[in-house]
Amino acid sequence: MEELTFAAALADLASMAPEIWQACRETALMLAVGLAAAIALGGPLGIVLYLSQPGQLFANRWVNGLLGWTVNLVRSFPFIILMVSLVPLTRLIVGSTIGPVAAAVPLSFAAIPYFARLVEQTLREIPRGVVEAAEAMGASPMQIIVKVLLNEARSGLISSLTILTISFLSYSAVAGVVGGGGIGDLAIRYGYYRFQTDVMVAMVLLLVLIVQIIQFAGNRLASRLDKR
Amino acid sequence: MIHLQNIRKRFRRPDGGWFDAVCDTSLSIGAGEVFGLIGFSGAGKSTLLRLINLLERPDGGAVIVAGQDLTALDAKALRRARQQLGMVFQQFNLMANRTVAGNIAFPLEIAGWSAADIASRVAECLEIVGLADRAAHYPAQLSGGQKQRVGIARALAPRPKVILADEPTSALDPKTTQSILDCLKDINQRFGVTVVIVTHEMHVVRSICHRAAVLDAGSVVEVVEVNGAEVDARSALARSLLEAA
Ligand SMILES: Nc1ncnc2c1ncn2[C@@H]1O[C@H](COP(=O)(O)OP(=O)(O)OP(=O)(O)O)[C@@H](O)[C@H]1O
Ligand SMILES: [Mg+2]
Repeated sequence: MEELTFAAALADLASMAPEIWQACRETALMLAVGLAAAIALGGPLGIVLYLSQPGQLFANRWVNGLLGWTVNLVRSFPFIILMVSLVPLTRLIVGSTIGPVAAAVPLSFAAIPYFARLVEQTLREIPRGVVEAAEAMGASPMQIIVKVLLNEARSGLISSLTILTISFLSYSAVAGVVGGGGIGDLAIRYGYYRFQTDVMVAMVLLLVLIVQIIQFAGNRLASRLDKR
Repeated sequence: MIHLQNIRKRFRRPDGGWFDAVCDTSLSIGAGEVFGLIGFSGAGKSTLLRLINLLERPDGGAVIVAGQDLTALDAKALRRARQQLGMVFQQFNLMANRTVAGNIAFPLEIAGWSAADIASRVAECLEIVGLADRAAHYPAQLSGGQKQRVGIARALAPRPKVILADEPTSALDPKTTQSILDCLKDINQRFGVTVVIVTHEMHVVRSICHRAAVLDAGSVVEVVEVNGAEVDARSALARSLLEAA
């Protein structure tokens, strides 16, 4: 009896392979866009947050206060509410509010301040004296950022990116449910609405596997880059 | 080589008042000299040293290095001037993710040297500080004394006229201290680099300085001449520092 169910479940899943593959691609697309936005915009934002702190290169209480407050504001929205309130913006940018590209808009919006904070925290771990030594040697602000800050923090930055990716894998499931597609959406559609528990279990296992792989790869890369 | 003219520096105290770390101080340091800055903790030694390369900006007065008033320079010109002023730190301040060679190359990259020139100069500096076999190591794999040698090589790499050293041996044991002092002395004698060294150890002054300024509460109390173990000190403070050693 049990063997039969298991075999049936496998057959069931095999017949759904194209759909599962499609879901994986949608999830990957949502993540890729969200992470790209986080790195391209959240990264510099995090650097500015760090450099504008008191005692740092461009200490400025007002800039730091304003940016910090804005970042906190966006981060304090529950993701689902952020997503709903961004519907007009999404429609403006993408021209539609469904599909993985549309879901990537609120994902990016949430990922930017999240990553900015992670970057800020990571940069704070660099001893002030190292930055000061570079200043004393006549390094320009850009040289300090690229050659000192980012290079000294590289392993921490990879760890931050790992954390971000895994968090957003789970956010992308939420975004998927309201029209984005992806692995999480597939799990809910079949498992929750159609009582096909086998599909849901398989999708959750798939997510577990992906998380483990991302974490493993992130740890490996981070420790290889760390010479401290 | 270095002329500090009536420089003042004060810091904001947590209670909102001002604290005078350096008050109206003038000092002249000659080319090729090894000059000590001594005094008790909090006397303003580090602040005075950091005023020389403008890591601290004075609230008044002029900082003239090699005939150039650094306080009058714009940011870009100041960066260029700083490339002529090496600095060595108590805590070494090496970049952990760069190899020994990479650390020494850093100031040369900043100054825009070609890769070939950097490679040969780095090799030369490694030779000078006796670390030729450690080029590919990371700072975490070195002892304190070796780290400080890297710090010195890094300061020396761009052929500076001056090296500023803030308690370069305070984190080291006595034997290592002596070897680092010898290294600085050697650099001073071979290349004529002016060395300004902050210390609270009289031993350091005796072993390498030609002259030293005795600081107290942000002022220079006395400039003493040092002839080997002989230190000709008049002020009570200088004498008490001498006895402490
Ligand atoms: N950035 C700063 N902000 C506020 N006060 C400062 C700052 N830097 C130095 N001071 C104060 O200025 C005074 C002189 O400091 P400085 O570091 O020059 O002393 P020092 O002679 O080097 O002492 P030590 O031997 O302990 O290193 C101290 O009282 C210190 O608290
Ligand atoms: Mg000091």
